[in-house]
Amino acid sequence: MSAAKLTVEVVSPEKLIWSGEATMVSAKTLDGNIGILVDHISLLGVLEPGVVSIKGADGSVEDFNMADGFISVNKNRVSILGEQAK
Amino acid sequence: MGAQLRIYRRRMRSVKATKKITRAMELISSSRIVKAQQRVRATSPYTLEITNVVNSIAAYSNTEHPLISAVANPRRAAVLIITADRGMAGAYSNAAIKEGDLLISGLKAKGLAVDTYLVGRKAVNFYKFRDRAISGSWTGFSDNPTLDNAREVSATLITAFLSDTDSAGGVDELYVVYTEFKSMITQTPVSVAFLPLSAPQSDQPRGIMAMYDFESSAETVLNALLPRYVEARVFNAMLQSAASEHAARRRAMKSATDNADELIKSLTRLANAARQAEITQELSEIVGGAEALASASAGSE
Repeated sequence: MSAAKLTVEVVSPEKLIWSGEATMVSAKTLDGNIGILVDHISLLGVLEPGVVSIKGADGSVEDFNMADGFISVNKNRVSILGEQAK
Repeated sequence: MGAQLRIYRRRMRSVKATKKITRAMELISSSRIVKAQQRVRATSPYTLEITNVVNSIAAYSNTEHPLISAVANPRRAAVLIITADRGMAGAYSNAAIKEGDLLISGLKAKGLAVDTYLVGRKAVNFYKFRDRAISGSWTGFSDNPTLDNAREVSATLITAFLSDTDSAGGVDELYVVYTEFKSMITQTPVSVAFLPLSAPQSDQPRGIMAMYDFESSAETVLNALLPRYVEARVFNAMLQSAASEHAARRRAMKSATDNADELIKSLTRLANAARQAEITQELSEIVGGAEALASASAGSE
């Protein structure tokens, strides 16, 4: 299963912030921190202000400081919708 | 200079001045279309994503929420019409207003009361002049709307949508009329139902499966999602309208410039003819005068 990757998009109302492939996404939702790996169940959550960190397919780590937003996971597609904290 | 010639010259000067203005407006609009288009494109991913999310919730969840469950007997609808602040854009604003009229009369035929919300000075003036009721209006940003503008408009609409229909200002449905930017040459006014979401028909019975795992509850997620969804759609509609406005203005100004060119050409012809006529007249006067003199002096000798 190592071939499968998550397709991640981080979008704000005004523009696409980041998109790419990742092996893991971790975020803080209203219920606490969650980590999303490949083949995660479909999920929809409300983000708490905090850092969303994405471990890219090439091993790099991207951090986004989100002010609010949502995380949606569906069939290995992860979308982070929200605004970045200023 | 003869009187006729002077009048032609004066008209040519004024047409040339007008042409300079329309030409400048055309160029300004062309540069702004590109920028407006880029902004539309930049917001598309968010709008698309949030619409996807909302649609899948509507299809796969048994949650009862005003966002997704239509009222059985809607009584009042809100219509938001997006137009321009300034004119000089051909039929752009009027086309949107007309599309709005069509929608409103359709809704009224179905027995709904309609609250109109307006964006853009053109629509506001149109409604004020005809003494029509305006539930809310916003002006001053039609050619370059920001997210904050969209938030302001959406907040009012969401409040109206969420409040009880029996109370003042409460509505059951929300429609938006804006001008879709299809391409540089085609922009069409469209009316779209924003709320409640018409859930796509799923063949599985509702209530059995919850395909989505909601972090906290479905209720919380939907509550948080609703304003963002409306904002995103309204913002996108505003940006598309802005791009359409620039495109319409560019087209109107281009034809105005072309017409000015044409007018200058025909005025030049007329002025030339007038000048020729003047010269011919002067010549014949001189010749006639000389002949008269010659015959007069010939007779005396």
